Amino acid sequence: MSEPTTTPGVPTALTAVQHAPGSPKPDAILTVDNITRRFGGMTAVDVGHLEVQRGAITALIGPNGAGKTTFFNLLTGFDKPSSGKDARWQFNGKTLGNTGAAKVARAGMVRTFQLTKALSRLTVMQNMLLGAKDQPGENFFAALISPVWRKREQEITAKAEDLLDRFKLLEKKDDYAGSLSGGQRKLLEMARALMSDPTMIMLDEPMAGVNPALTQSLLGHIQSLRDDGMTVLFVEHDMHMVRHISDWVVVMAEGKVVAEGPAATVMDDQAVIDAYLGAHHDTDLGDDSLLNEETYEELADEVAEEDAADTADEGKATR
Amino acid sequence: MDYILQLLSSLTQEALAPTTAAFALAAIGLNVHFGLTGLVNMGQAAFLLLGAYGFAISITNGLPFGMAVLVALAISIVFAVILGIPTLRLRGDYLAIVTISGAEIIRMVGRSSLLTDTTGGSNGITGSSYRDPFNALSFLPDGTTTILWFSYSNNGVNGWWIRIVGWGLVALFTLVLFLLMRSPWGRVVKAIREDEDAVRSLGKNVYSYKMQALVFGGALGALGGIIYVLPSSVQPDAMGRSMTFFIWTALILGGAATVFGPVLGSILFFVLRLFIRTIAGDFIPNSIMNAQQAEQFSYVLVGVALMLLIVFRPQGLLGNKKELTFSV
Repeated sequence: MSEPTTTPGVPTALTAVQHAPGSPKPDAILTVDNITRRFGGMTAVDVGHLEVQRGAITALIGPNGAGKTTFFNLLTGFDKPSSGKDARWQFNGKTLGNTGAAKVARAGMVRTFQLTKALSRLTVMQNMLLGAKDQPGENFFAALISPVWRKREQEITAKAEDLLDRFKLLEKKDDYAGSLSGGQRKLLEMARALMSDPTMIMLDEPMAGVNPALTQSLLGHIQSLRDDGMTVLFVEHDMHMVRHISDWVVVMAEGKVVAEGPAATVMDDQAVIDAYLGAHHDTDLGDDSLLNEETYEELADEVAEEDAADTADEGKATR
Repeated sequence: MDYILQLLSSLTQEALAPTTAAFALAAIGLNVHFGLTGLVNMGQAAFLLLGAYGFAISITNGLPFGMAVLVALAISIVFAVILGIPTLRLRGDYLAIVTISGAEIIRMVGRSSLLTDTTGGSNGITGSSYRDPFNALSFLPDGTTTILWFSYSNNGVNGWWIRIVGWGLVALFTLVLFLLMRSPWGRVVKAIREDEDAVRSLGKNVYSYKMQALVFGGALGALGGIIYVLPSSVQPDAMGRSMTFFIWTALILGGAATVFGPVLGSILFFVLRLFIRTIAGDFIPNSIMNAQQAEQFSYVLVGVALMLLIVFRPQGLLGNKKELTFSV
């Protein structure tokens, strides 16, 4: 195996990339511009510019409520940006602004969900076959004539068995997906997404609920996907996993991309520490001895400023 | 003994009546909607009524038989598309609301006195005005045929010909349903029934699949409507909400998402109702319950049966509980 696949180091293509939010990548598969999403007065996502390197594993991290999943939904067409026409994103040379979820998936960007959507009243195998592309039998009229789709069905069944074997689900193939454990459903969902040979796979917390032994083998799968040339973007809270497999880490906080860089160094970035721990995390705010003359003056100034701002606001409001 | 034999013969005759075949067709259509795709269509009767109107009015205006059937199908397809465009992008409940009101609109417009010249208003259209072209297609010789205890005229108003065509259509579309259910198309719509977003994330156009199911099931409803009115007459008030609920009862009784469920359910629905009516009429004195009350009592029991069914056997007689189409 080549150097970057086994160590959390930076792949050669990304060594020259600046460690700053929105930095340009040498070979970006996904480029996002001006994408915002507001829920009432709350801005959940406000990303000015972001590029994702082709053939790399990019992790998207951030504290709870940072807008990671909303950002995912926007990218995959499950949600529409509030920024309307200003929002632009390009995937693999195609413009994907305002495209429906099904079309995004057909363009080669397939996602999984944080709360798994394994179809529990279908069998594991039916779940897998559903993920395949180009099955002519999915047309209403062709469905009635089985010779039209038999051959393709056999091909994708063989492929599904192969994938299920890799994900240790083969002996479950005729069980209803509803009988699987939470972790197995995660695996099934990932395997199902791979049935369509996507160029980019988006995993929303792939390891949540998966036992540690399986996590190890899954990490191996994800890395081998990358080695096969697939681009992986995933959301994850488990920092150990992020350090272990990601080539590049994008940190979101309060809807914005606050930092980018390789896993080893990005966690030392001041913006990331602030985002996770709060800007005053190393100050003991309950310690009175810290309140010397200087701090009192600073606080007094701050209060005065805020008061001035408030009166100005009120003046505006009453006018 | 004679009584039991007579009862059995009348029950089996009810089971094979054209009306039962019409209900079976409509229930197969509803099975495509609800059983396969999860669309809650609360206005299946409107598809039957549109089919009946489309067919009868075309014939009375001089169109040939084949054209009249095509007109009936086309109208029901247009109705399905009109209902589907605004609602299929929304959650399932909205389709239920829109179909139930859509069905009422069709019925109220049909029975409106303004349209008396076309639809016959609340009197409907008499069967004799549109029945002849259908009976003319019969290849049976004139006369009466008796098989076992089934004795009907070959080409009469309510004879063998309409039974053969009705049950032939039921057999044909049961086969189509079987082929669809085990095809990749069936797999996609079953997945949509469970979780649309999952299917969308796999690159399938969910909206288009739901529309296909709605149109196909609606067209089956229209065919059922034609069969329903051929031996009798077009009566808008006989094809209202209660008919929709009877079709639902038949489907759930037999088992949604099964191949033979709709057919079995329709047969049982009619046979059981006749059974209750006959027994009540023959053994309960008129002072307690007269014939008219027995008829209504049979409907009460249908409602009770539906409730018990949902509570104790939601998968129906033929269904698979693991593949249940609704959550209980």
